[in-house]
Amino acid sequence: MIQDIKETLKQHILKEFLPGEDPKELTDTTPLITGGILDSIATLQLVAFIEERYAFTFQAHEVDVKNLDTIAAITNFILSKKL
Amino acid sequence: MRAGNTLHQLLLHTTRLFPDRIAVEEPGHGTVSYQELDSLSDRLRDRLSALGVRAGDRVGLYMRKSIDAVASIFGILKTGAAYVPVDSGAPASRNAYILNNCAVRVVIMEEQFEAKFREELAQIGTTPQLLLLEGTGGGVPLRQALDRKDAQSPAPAVPTAIPAQDDIAYILYTSGSTGRPKGVILSHENAVSFVDWCSEVFQPQENDRFSSHAPFHFDLSILDIYVPLKHGATLILIAEDIGKEPQRLAPLIAERRISVWYSAPSILSLLAQYGNLERYDYSALRLMLFAGEVFPVKHLRALQSLLPEPGYFNLYGPTETNVCTFYKIPAHIPEERTVPFPIGQTCSHLQAKVVNEHGREVQADEEGELCVNGRGVMQGYWALPEQSARAFLVDDAGQRWYKTGDIVLKAPDGNYTFLGRRDRMVKRRGYRVELGEIEAGLYRHPMVKEAAVIALPDEEAGVKIKAFLSCRDGTRPSLIALKRFCAENLPLYMIPDLFSWQDALPKTSTDKIDYQRLKEMR
Repeated sequence: MIQDIKETLKQHILKEFLPGEDPKELTDTTPLITGGILDSIATLQLVAFIEERYAFTFQAHEVDVKNLDTIAAITNFILSKKL
Repeated sequence: MRAGNTLHQLLLHTTRLFPDRIAVEEPGHGTVSYQELDSLSDRLRDRLSALGVRAGDRVGLYMRKSIDAVASIFGILKTGAAYVPVDSGAPASRNAYILNNCAVRVVIMEEQFEAKFREELAQIGTTPQLLLLEGTGGGVPLRQALDRKDAQSPAPAVPTAIPAQDDIAYILYTSGSTGRPKGVILSHENAVSFVDWCSEVFQPQENDRFSSHAPFHFDLSILDIYVPLKHGATLILIAEDIGKEPQRLAPLIAERRISVWYSAPSILSLLAQYGNLERYDYSALRLMLFAGEVFPVKHLRALQSLLPEPGYFNLYGPTETNVCTFYKIPAHIPEERTVPFPIGQTCSHLQAKVVNEHGREVQADEEGELCVNGRGVMQGYWALPEQSARAFLVDDAGQRWYKTGDIVLKAPDGNYTFLGRRDRMVKRRGYRVELGEIEAGLYRHPMVKEAAVIALPDEEAGVKIKAFLSCRDGTRPSLIALKRFCAENLPLYMIPDLFSWQDALPKTSTDKIDYQRLKEMR
């Protein structure tokens, strides 16, 4: 389950926000927001993708760097919502 | 009654009329009354004076938006010095450049930014004094910092300075084409004449509640801070992180009963798309003001259909003039309209004219560059005499007209329409961005041999920025590494959306980078 989520997120981020990047470069701990990969609009698009894919909604205060800055953090957050 | 000719006289005036009204609310961190704001800024004035700040000096402001920051601004103004706000989220190297460039005497800053800033200062070899705050929030850290200093040695009370109208009130740094930010010098008269124009057009009342969405280093903050203050109204500070997140911002605007909103269009587009606006009560909203870039009609229409009650105004003007033209958006936007609305007619405290490339006024139906003259127009750029001189057109009567660089067309009804830029500046999320400054940032990467940046029109975002790069010795950084480098070396709003590596960039016959070819290459 964890690996599935991570892989789904990784593929989505590579396709939408890092076109052409070598998949090996994107790891679970690559900083997405603080590393300049996701700007504010890209972050909202990613949130919309997660909400649709995993069938839950973010509370307003949950859309923040703490939950969204790495694939690992996003995965933990999704698991906390689904378990 | 005249409220005063200087910005801090507006505060003194309102404090006498409404000492107990709430001047500023900082959600999550409390409020401050006019009386409290006045006293706290008096204490800072005395401390700054004890640190050697004198009328005519500059003082840096390096902290997050907060009651502490508002009180600091007034403390600085009361010494007769000018404040220089920097983006606390921008790279320390950029901020050190700015504060060294205008030779600030003191920087009021949050401790969390100190270490990196000192490193940068050491490289430049300059040492302004730092007045350190443990953090920001409700004015408490500022008060504590002053208490600590007073415990060591009290600061003698000094009178509040009474500057002349053309004394400098603040310097706002904007993107510079040479790769370094440039400081726009604005006087008390520049600001007060604009604030008075806002009073005339928007009729603020003491029960109004104004948003402060833009950061203080951005010229939208001048309306935010000083217009409510002049009228005894309340300013609601919106923290930078919440300001970017429509899901959190939408309920905040409703709960705080904001009546006058002012921001760049980009966040309004996001609110319309992601803010779930239909869930909240916006009955307090009476004015929606936006400025800084073109508002795509599609999103403006969506917003207006969600929130039909308030009046919508498109305000236009570069930092050098602040708002110089305005346009009231009609109450209903036809479905078929796709062209953006005009930037409107000239504000009453300014004059405008349209000139051709020879500086002569054009015929009524011809396009040309918009030039602005009057009380709101800046004095020049800090320590850049040549750029300052080039920024103005001086007419036969000796009047100085600021050349905006914007190409416009004047309609028979007196409204100007924005057509495009004369140079390489673009607007992104309300910020002006010189493509040359992005290129200069990219050139700092050790592997980059050549860098050229172009702007591409984009229906969603207004504009996308694409960088073309070639590398020194065949090895190039990964896209992720490159983006991280950008995040560390450029303000976030300058990071390119797209990167393209080339073996070499195309050149013109004179061996300059061929931007025309780059535009065709996409």
